[in-house]
Amino acid sequence: MTTTVAPQPNAAGSVHKQRGRFADKAGLRIGERFASPGRLGAIVALIVLALFWLLPFLWAVATSFKTETSAAATPVSWLPPDGFTTEAYANVLREGNIPLWTWNSLLTATIITIITLAVTALAAYAFSRLDFTGRRWLFWGIIASIIIPPQVLIVPLFYEMLTLNLVDTYWAVILPQTVHPAMVFILKKFFDQVPVELEDAARIDGAGRLRVFWSIVLPLSRPILAAVSIIVFIAAWNNFLWPFIATSDSSLMTLPVGLQTVKSAYGLQYAQVMASAVLAALPLVVVFLFFQRQIIKGFATTGFGGQ
Amino acid sequence: MSSAAVDVTGAPPRTTSPDEVRRGERERRARDNRIGWAFVAPFVVVFVMFLIWPLVHGFYLSFTGESITGAGGELIGFDNYAEALADPIMWRSLLNTLWFTVLSTVPLVIVALILALLVHQGLPGQWLWRLSFFMPFLLASTVAAQFWIWMYNPQLGLVNYLLGAVGVEQIAWLQDPQWAMLAVVVMTLWWTVGFNFLLYLVALQNIPEQQYEASALDGAGRWRQLRSITIPQLGPTTVLILILQVLASLKVFDQIYIMTQGGPGGVTRPVVQYVFEVGFTGYRFGYASAIAYIFFAIIVIISIGQMRLTTRRGV
Repeated sequence: MTTTVAPQPNAAGSVHKQRGRFADKAGLRIGERFASPGRLGAIVALIVLALFWLLPFLWAVATSFKTETSAAATPVSWLPPDGFTTEAYANVLREGNIPLWTWNSLLTATIITIITLAVTALAAYAFSRLDFTGRRWLFWGIIASIIIPPQVLIVPLFYEMLTLNLVDTYWAVILPQTVHPAMVFILKKFFDQVPVELEDAARIDGAGRLRVFWSIVLPLSRPILAAVSIIVFIAAWNNFLWPFIATSDSSLMTLPVGLQTVKSAYGLQYAQVMASAVLAALPLVVVFLFFQRQIIKGFATTGFGGQ
Repeated sequence: MSSAAVDVTGAPPRTTSPDEVRRGERERRARDNRIGWAFVAPFVVVFVMFLIWPLVHGFYLSFTGESITGAGGELIGFDNYAEALADPIMWRSLLNTLWFTVLSTVPLVIVALILALLVHQGLPGQWLWRLSFFMPFLLASTVAAQFWIWMYNPQLGLVNYLLGAVGVEQIAWLQDPQWAMLAVVVMTLWWTVGFNFLLYLVALQNIPEQQYEASALDGAGRWRQLRSITIPQLGPTTVLILILQVLASLKVFDQIYIMTQGGPGGVTRPVVQYVFEVGFTGYRFGYASAIAYIFFAIIVIISIGQMRLTTRRGV
């Protein structure tokens, strides 16, 4: 009963069947038709493409370990004549705000994820189980709002933050990012499939709705809650436009926003710019290496809700 | 919904008059009502405060001359919309957005499919292939853009270095009006193709193996299988990817703003950037809202068009 959520019926079925099969299948077909020239060509193409996709990473990392002089030297070379150095990193970490911005990103993305999860799960449960007045039109209103691009709201949202006196606070960054109507839809679809009988038994024993929700429905929904958390967290961690508008105080900036100011601060010091970019990329890269399976599954099932 | 039954089971056996039943029913409904609204209330609060209210207020603002100082807040009718429709920069940025959408959507679907087909062959080291193609999608726009500003550096970048090896002259990718849009599209392809790739990969893994086995018995080669089994089976996924990709591309802002600031000479400026500039460097909230609403209207029209097309096809 893992994920059954996807934008359309076909995809939903397929995601469902697919679970756990990502890895196993890899080895199965190697033996067959291994020697055909077509297959050999495909292997070469794959290796070339993968190298091409890794190139910008590798080039950034190589540059970040050069001295400023050899980073700006022509002709371009992978191996600097004066050897690799961690100087650029030392400079960036000593003078820059990167640790602070990383903390800001972690803090805001975590709070955004917690609030989003709490409010969307409660609402989704109500839409799935409780028959209240206005349920239908409210639900369709929320679905319809998925179409609204957040970019359209930047001006009135900023105006609202001015009125609420929240500009240049964490709350200005956090609050507008807690609205994820698509996630209500995704969670409701999941809750619809949790058997009602399980809850009925508990309710006969006198458990209230909140208790049933907390101790029966939520534990059964762990996979989908994990997927939603991953998508919401990564979207918040990477968001640029809104935090860029909401904060001008460097000490409140998130990592992506702060990084944008680095370029002008370091000017032509390419090694330091690249060291900052690599440092900014690092947390998610490390998390991805550890949780590759969960993250990929999260995006495959609910990624479209992330905007 | 099923709690009526529960109440009956829980109650001691006794006769209830129709009146009592009706009252019980009403009480149950009232309770469901209260609890239901209590459960949705927190979401409704953030939903109304940070989505519906700004949406409504933005619409109102678009009919005013509102600026950041609070001056000019009075209604001015359709003046902002009239100004926008006569504003060459607005039209240019709108066309840039549409052009970017066309240029980026096509390779973002085709390359994703090619990558997925290649990876799906089942070579060893699946995690490495998935890492290579999907990883960039997880980078923040500023990180990915910084990487590519460096890749595109005319003298020191890897792109010109590699092209130089095959005899191409140095190109100032992000500064040359002829190349800037293409440069942005290539960077976007690198950055975001991973998501479409992933959707295709999942879909590929769900095509029943029997279909291939059956067609192999009939003597179909790999190429034939690709054309008559794989591609048709991926149809619904392709439709889904196309829909999501067009909407995502229309909202482009980050990478263009960071890499070219919309330049050179406005040839890459997307409409979202124009809204941003009018609103936050010109501080003309009213006019910015009008442009935002024109953009929103286009998104709605395209979405409805997509919905029509897909329902007619019965996908």
